[in-house]
Formats: sequence, structure tokens, C-alpha cells
Amino acid sequence: MNILVCLKQILDPEIPARDFRVDPARREAERGSANLVTNIFCENALETALQLRERTGSAKITVLSYGQPSAEDSLRKALAMKADAAALIVNDGNANPDPLTTARVLAAAIRKLGTFDLIMVGREAGDWGAGQTGGLLAEELGLPCVSFVDRIESEGGQLRLKRQTDTGWEVLEAEPPIVATVTNDEHNLPRIPKVRDVMMSYRQPLTKWTLDDLGIEANEARAGNTYYQVAELFIPQKETRCEFVTGDTLDQKVESFAKRIVEVTSAL
Amino acid sequence: MNDVVICLFASAGFDKAAQGLAGAGRRLADELGGRLRAVVIGAGADTLALEFSRLCDTVIIADQAELAEYQPETCLNALVRLCGELSPRTVLLGNDAYSQEIAPRLAYRLGGSAVGDGVEVRVEGEALRVSRQVYGGKAQAVIELKRMPAVVWLRARSFAPAPARAEAGEVTRAALDIQADTRTRVIERKREEQGEARLEEARVIVSGGRGIGGPEPFTTELQPLADLLGAQMAASRAACDAGWVPPTWQVGQTGKKVTPDLYLAIAITGASQHMAGISEAKTISAINTDPDAPIFKHCQFGIVEDYRKVVPLLREKLAALQK
Ligand SMILES: Cc1cc2nc3c(=O)[nH]c(=O)nc-3n(C[C@H](O)[C@H](O)[C@H](O)COP(=O)(O)OP(=O)(O)OC[C@H]3O[C@@H](n4cnc5c(N)ncnc54)[C@H](O)[C@@H]3O)c2cc1C
Ligand SMILES: Nc1ncnc2c1ncn2[C@@H]1O[C@H](COP(=O)(O)O)[C@@H](O)[C@H]1O
Repeated sequence: MNILVCLKQILDPEIPARDFRVDPARREAERGSANLVTNIFCENALETALQLRERTGSAKITVLSYGQPSAEDSLRKALAMKADAAALIVNDGNANPDPLTTARVLAAAIRKLGTFDLIMVGREAGDWGAGQTGGLLAEELGLPCVSFVDRIESEGGQLRLKRQTDTGWEVLEAEPPIVATVTNDEHNLPRIPKVRDVMMSYRQPLTKWTLDDLGIEANEARAGNTYYQVAELFIPQKETRCEFVTGDTLDQKVESFAKRIVEVTSAL
Repeated sequence: MNDVVICLFASAGFDKAAQGLAGAGRRLADELGGRLRAVVIGAGADTLALEFSRLCDTVIIADQAELAEYQPETCLNALVRLCGELSPRTVLLGNDAYSQEIAPRLAYRLGGSAVGDGVEVRVEGEALRVSRQVYGGKAQAVIELKRMPAVVWLRARSFAPAPARAEAGEVTRAALDIQADTRTRVIERKREEQGEARLEEARVIVSGGRGIGGPEPFTTELQPLADLLGAQMAASRAACDAGWVPPTWQVGQTGKKVTPDLYLAIAITGASQHMAGISEAKTISAINTDPDAPIFKHCQFGIVEDYRKVVPLLREKLAALQK
């Protein structure tokens, strides 16, 4: 089985709100001292793929990213987690392309890389959170798509995907090839690569292409805004003053806490 | 061409999301000078269509046995057909998993653009602009859609409902003969029961985070507290990822967006991604050992203490006060 996992490198989403700044004129977040990391849901996807490979015994996992040259680090980390091959499409245009542009670039790269039974992406990127690449990629490739998947099994040439819904979960049976978007669950927390494997990963081959190598409208891709564009970006100002309950003893504090709760709920 | 179409999966019923969707649709249709039309799909469509006929100009029921239960590919094909025939300016959907799964693909096939998790939609000249949270709730963006129709999935519960109309809109059935696309098939569907009500509709929510420390206290400490308050239970992603509670409990950017009157966060830091799910809560309160926890920046009131000491005592006090 051939599996492809799309990885996006993003600004560390765990930086606290008080350290986060945007440039409203450029409509971009400021890097500041924040790290660049692989989007968590992409790592959940890779982990799901690695576990699938462990269960089936034979599968090849290729990781693919479209981004700045620094995205190579995300791909190297994936190799250290034991992905088999990696490819980077270097973005020398709009650093925040719209989701259709991204899907078109990824689709072109995927066609060039070969044929895949399973194409996996994260449910959404932790920066812009569009949640569209998977669906649009499926359309570009003419494949079905299953979203919010947290476990995949392979049985007699069919795939079985468990996915989360608003009220519980579903299991889908699918005929490959398909696209799946992956979400987090207790079983797909990404493994931590060994230090030695991280070092080794920098010696492994990594395919690098430019937009011009893909046989698409490279300049349209560089513009990256025919689907949508960001018109404004700002940090909303909202401060609430928290009233901490006080008291000499725990009993008194909890007593006034209970009273406040009754105040807001008794009106219901 | 200026019409607004709202797409609904009937299985959720006439809930707050369905009502908010109609409200958002009506205001947008008025602004555009177009009609508001609803497309209802799935088992229970007849009942829901009746409710919507009081709010919309026309209601169309997708009438085909294969569409009774949601199947991604077949359902997408049906919506592409129905929305395509109506040539709307805008298609609105809710924030549920099925809508999110389908919306970008629907936009693609209609030749339009999609954007999700919208909290405001407005017309700006020829363009449609949608406000949404980005960077895990740390920033807000306005996205301008370039292609038509604009397909937008909304935080539907945050929108005010539509006023009822004097005259009921026309309800029609579209007899479809969509070929079932069996490349993917839902073969099992499980509901994680959590009482009668759904988390998104709850008026009081008791929520636990990583600081709870394990699955047991959710049952032995938090559940009895929730019972006293008539509350639903929820959790942070850290608690869900640990496997302490089911993923359906997760609140936040990638979990449920809730709108309770009181959200009580117990041992939850208040990361921006968590807060993104409760920005519409009326009152937020927290129990946390750390006075500098970001959650307190969003609280009207709070208590800095170990929850293991507070919660048992709080139950006693609440029980006494409620007598
Ligand atoms: C793309 C992306 C999407 C995300 N989506 C979501 C989402 O939808 N929902 C979500 O919740 N998170 C989400 N997260 C994760 C989020 O960033 C945080 O990591 C997570 O919310 C932290 O959970 P927590 O507050 O329970 O845990 P922690 O950060 O570990 O906080 C535990 C808290 O408990 C307190 N505590 C510990 N012991 C006690 C005690 N005995 N009594 C009282 N207080 C105590 C501590 O002081 C601390 O404040 C997302 C992250 C990313 C990157
Ligand atoms: N530039 C990119 N390179 C590789 N994968 C991407 C890129 N952008 C998005 N993706 C994939 O699509 C998923 C959803 O992203 P988004 O639609 O932007 O929220 C991510 O988790 C990735 O798997």
C-alpha cells in the first residue's frame, strides 16, 4: 500500500496569547521568537499512517509539504518518525496561499510522485484553520473524501476508517484510493522520534521541486488568491475582570463561590 | 442570482443551529435583495421542512431513499444538483461535522469559494466577506471570497433566529435519482449517549481539563456536581486525548462550540484554542490552582484552589442553597 501524508509547517500555536502579534498591514502573524512546528493534526495523520503500516506489515509512507525552505525541518522530523520518503515544494510566492491554490499545488506534486492508495491530511492547520485542503484535494484528484478520521485499518484491499461525528463515531468502508482528513484522539498522539533518528534523517534523500517543476500555472499559484484572500487581520480586544472569591477559610471561599453560581444559574 | 440557500441535515432537528442558520440566511437575503431558500436532506426532512416553511421563501426536500442516512459522496452529489439548479449567490451551512466535510467540495463543484467557521457574513460591494477566528482564536480575520457562489459554514448557534413570516413558504419535493456512490460507505454509526440533551444546547456546562488527573474524578467528582446544576459535561482536548472522556466532549477550536449561560472550567488552563469554543458563553467561571492561568482573563468570577478540595464542598453548599 502506498500512503501519502501532507504536512504543513506553522507558527507554534501553543505560544501564549499575550506574546502573539499580527501585522495588520501585511495581514500576517509576526514570527517573533516563536518556533516553527509541524501542524499537530498532520502529525496525528502521520502517526495514524505509521500505525497502519505496523499493522499491515508492508506499506510505503511518503510525506509532502508545500512551504518555505524551513518546511524541510517538518519533513526531516517525519523521516525521523520513520516515514519512508519526503518531498518539498518550495513556495516562492504568497506565504499564505488560499486553500484551492494549496490543493492544486499538492495535487500536482502527488501526480508527479506516483500513485497512492491513501492520501492523508490534517483536519485543519493550527494557524489559519481553513479545514479545506483535504476536500479540495479530493476534488482536484477526483477521489472521495472522509473527514475527521482517527483510525484506519486495511482488510482485503478495502480500507476501514473510524471517524468522529458530533454525537459519536462512524465506521466507513472505502475502496482505495481515497483522501482522509485526520483528527486527534487518544490513540494517535504523535510518537517522539529518537535523537539518533533525527540526526540520521538529515542524511536521507529529500525531493525538492519548485512551482515551475509541477506543470501548473506557476504564477497563479504564486499569487495564491483566486479563491479567497485575507481582507483584514487583527487581534480583538477583550478583557474581563475576574473577581476572585475571598474568605479566611476554604469553607468561606467555597460558600461565596457557590452563591455566585446559584446567582447565575437560578435565573434559568 | 441573489438568492441565499441554506442546507440542512434533518437528523439534528429544529435546533438552535438550524434556527440560527435561518436567521443568518434571512438577513443576508434581505441585504442582497434575494430570496431565502432551504434545502433539507435526510430522515425527518418532512417535519423540519414544515418548520422552515415559516421562515423561508421556499423549502426543497431532497426526496430519495438513498439519502435518508448520510453517506458523504451521495449526499454531496445531491446537494451539488439541488444547489446548482437554484444558482444561488450564497450557500450557508452549519458547523456540524457533515457540513464541514461537504462544504469545500460543494463550493468546488459549483465553481465557487468556501470559507468556514464564520461568525459574521456581510456584503461589501460585489464581494462577500466573512469574519472568523484564526491562529487558534488569538486573532480575527475577514476573508473575502473571490468566486461565486460563496459557500459558508457558520457558527450557526451564534446567530439570532429568523422572525416567523406571515405566509408560509412553499414546500416542494425534488425527486432525485442520484446514483449511490459506493466508493465510501458508512457501515456503522454509534451515538455516545450523554444524557438527553446535546452539549451545544446546554445552558450550564461543567468542564474538566488535564488537571483533573485521570478518568475517575470525572465520574466521582464532576458528574455529581453537574447533576446538581442540571449541567452537561465537557472537557479540554488534553483530557480527551488522554482517553479520560470521549472525543465528543471536547470543547474548543476543533471541538464543540458551546453557548451556555454558565461554563465552569475545572483544572483547565484556558489555552486560546479552548477559549475559541466558548467565546459565546454568557458567564465563564473557573477553579484552578494557578492564579495566573489564562482562563481567569475570561472569567467573571473564579476560585484559586485545588479542585479536589473545592468540588466536594461545593456540592454540599449548592445542595444546601438549593433547598
Ligand atoms: C490546532 C490546535 C487545536 C486545538 N484545539 C483544541 C480544542 O478544540 N480544545 C481544547 O481544549 N484544546 C485544543 N487545543 C489544545 C490547547 O492548545 C491546549 O493544549 C489544551 O486546551 C490544554 O488543556 P488543559 O487546559 O486541560 O491542560 P493543561 O494546559 O495541562 O492545564 C491544566 C490546568 O489545570 C490546573 N490544575 C492542575 N491541577 C489542578 C488541581 N488539582 N486543581 C485545580 N487546577 C489544577 C493547572 O494550573 C493548569 O492550568 C488545540 C491545539 C492546537 C494546536
Ligand atoms: N502548505 C501545505 N503543505 C502540505 N500540506 C498542507 C499544506 N496546507 C495544508 N495542508 C494539509 O491540509 C490540512 C488542512 O489544512 P487547512 O485546510 O489549511 O486547514 C493540513 O493539516 C495539511 O495536512
